[in-house]
Amino acid sequence: MKMENPRSRAYKIFSIIVLVILAFLFLFPLYWIVTGAFKNAQDINSVTPIWVPSEWVSTNFEKLFARRSAPLFTIGSLAGPTVPAAIRWLINTVFMSVMAMLLTCLTASMAGYALAKKRFAGRAIMFSLIVCAMALPKQVILIPLLKEMSALKLYDTLWAVIFPTVGWPFGVFLMKQFSESIPGEILEATRIDGASELKTFSTVVMPMIKPGIGALAIFTFINSWNDYFMQLVMLSSGENYTISLGIATLQAETSVDTGLLMAGAALASVPIIIVFLIFQKYFTQGITMGAVKG
Amino acid sequence: MAKQSATPMSRALQRRENVAGYLFMLPSLIFFAAFVIIPMVICILTSLTNANMRDQSMLGGFVGLENFAKLFEDKTFQQALWNTFLIVIVSVPTVCAFSLWVASAIYKLKGPVLSAFRCIFYLPVVTGSVAVVVVWKWMYNNYYGVFNYVLKGAGLIEKNINWLGDPKFAIWCIILILFTTSVGQPIVLYVSALGNVDQTLVEAAQVDGATSFQVFWRVKWAQMMPTTLYILVITTINSFQCFALIQLLTAGGSNTNTVMYYIYFTAFKLTEQAGHFGYANAMGVVLAIFIGALSALQFKLAKEK
Repeated sequence: MKMENPRSRAYKIFSIIVLVILAFLFLFPLYWIVTGAFKNAQDINSVTPIWVPSEWVSTNFEKLFARRSAPLFTIGSLAGPTVPAAIRWLINTVFMSVMAMLLTCLTASMAGYALAKKRFAGRAIMFSLIVCAMALPKQVILIPLLKEMSALKLYDTLWAVIFPTVGWPFGVFLMKQFSESIPGEILEATRIDGASELKTFSTVVMPMIKPGIGALAIFTFINSWNDYFMQLVMLSSGENYTISLGIATLQAETSVDTGLLMAGAALASVPIIIVFLIFQKYFTQGITMGAVKG
Repeated sequence: MAKQSATPMSRALQRRENVAGYLFMLPSLIFFAAFVIIPMVICILTSLTNANMRDQSMLGGFVGLENFAKLFEDKTFQQALWNTFLIVIVSVPTVCAFSLWVASAIYKLKGPVLSAFRCIFYLPVVTGSVAVVVVWKWMYNNYYGVFNYVLKGAGLIEKNINWLGDPKFAIWCIILILFTTSVGQPIVLYVSALGNVDQTLVEAAQVDGATSFQVFWRVKWAQMMPTTLYILVITTINSFQCFALIQLLTAGGSNTNTVMYYIYFTAFKLTEQAGHFGYANAMGVVLAIFIGALSALQFKLAKEK
């Protein structure tokens, strides 16, 4: 290789410096949430920003938890012990995201496999329908979806948020991309051995598309957790709120108590960020495979 | 798709493929039909009616294209449409250019450093719009926000600016937040596209004496066209749908109303004609047409290149 000329070297150093500055700017809001959540009232309301909290206090979280309460869970008419509402909101959010994730992974991996490997009649039409639907703005259908949900008696339940997430065709598209790589010979061999379709799917296909399922799982989990608009439209009673919705309500009620809001924001964002950091390898893979190739 | 359907044996095979194919598709199709296709149809149908929240029926009375005609006279809608376009026109190119620059600066870095940068730029997306809004609102605050403090310290402004309360600035404040929550995915995509560029073509161009700018423009950029197209489309859709930021920051005030927020407002908040679903859905249809047309245009332009 030829020697690097000094100009491109200077550019390289310059771009690294800019990148590091940008990285700090992108991290700052998160830093501000987390430190803000632990600042005392004086630090929070200081006109000169207090970059590092003078003391770390938990009063903001205590206020957040004391504010409202709700039963820990409700199954039919059975209600659990009373806990701070924020805890209930977190439980709701986890339940919603996990259910959306499981159902999406199951249905999408089956459909994606069929689209990639089964030569059934109408396959091409089905696939174009899915691609077209993906290009449509999802939020536009939320209001008709609300009418449908109230007709199905699902309005103000977490299922009203879960089901549309499962129906969104991105997952099918992603799993089709992953299933394309399954060698046809292996499927042929299992068929000749007399394995049933379901057995082939669970013992041969599933293990081969595991990375794809991982990508879709983490993708659905994070998107479902953060889909504020859908939660806003579908959920109305405080007990069924998600954490995003709860914090948004808090913001509308007390826009002056910044410390309290930061505690809420930290509670809403830190868990999902931890999940993201643990599984980010799969996540990156999912985003890349989901992009339309050529 | 029926291949080799000449013999009875393979015909039986084809039937088996059909049955299996549809059975595997079925669970997904149920959700897709029930919660994507049906609401889409309801959206189009109700846009032709005067359906509202008080109505028990799914559809109200048929009014033809009246809702659409009314849209053309609705000053609020026009303002919202203009603001939406402003957001799209500003944010799509900047997001694209910025993420391309970041990706080309980081894609050759070592594994852990690369993923650290990728994570950092993705964090605002993962943080979630509500938490993001809550903290930015504080940062924009008139009295004790960091923006006023830093800009005053740097001598760029003389007195505190009420960022979100001033129609001159509010929409730009929203565009800035939207920008930070939009670049994550494009950066990931560009990093992987740059890694997949055919190295033999790059080397061939270098041997022919191409400058690094020419290599980038003629070889890499050309090969990344599908990625760029995808990024353009998803960023456009995202910018058009900008809602949470508006609802939580300004509630459409300070001249920041967008179509998506106005749809929500018409369906749920408008005091005079509360719950005007028909009118809201007409706006939804118009928005979908705009997005569809713009995506098609981007496809066409990219194909020509």
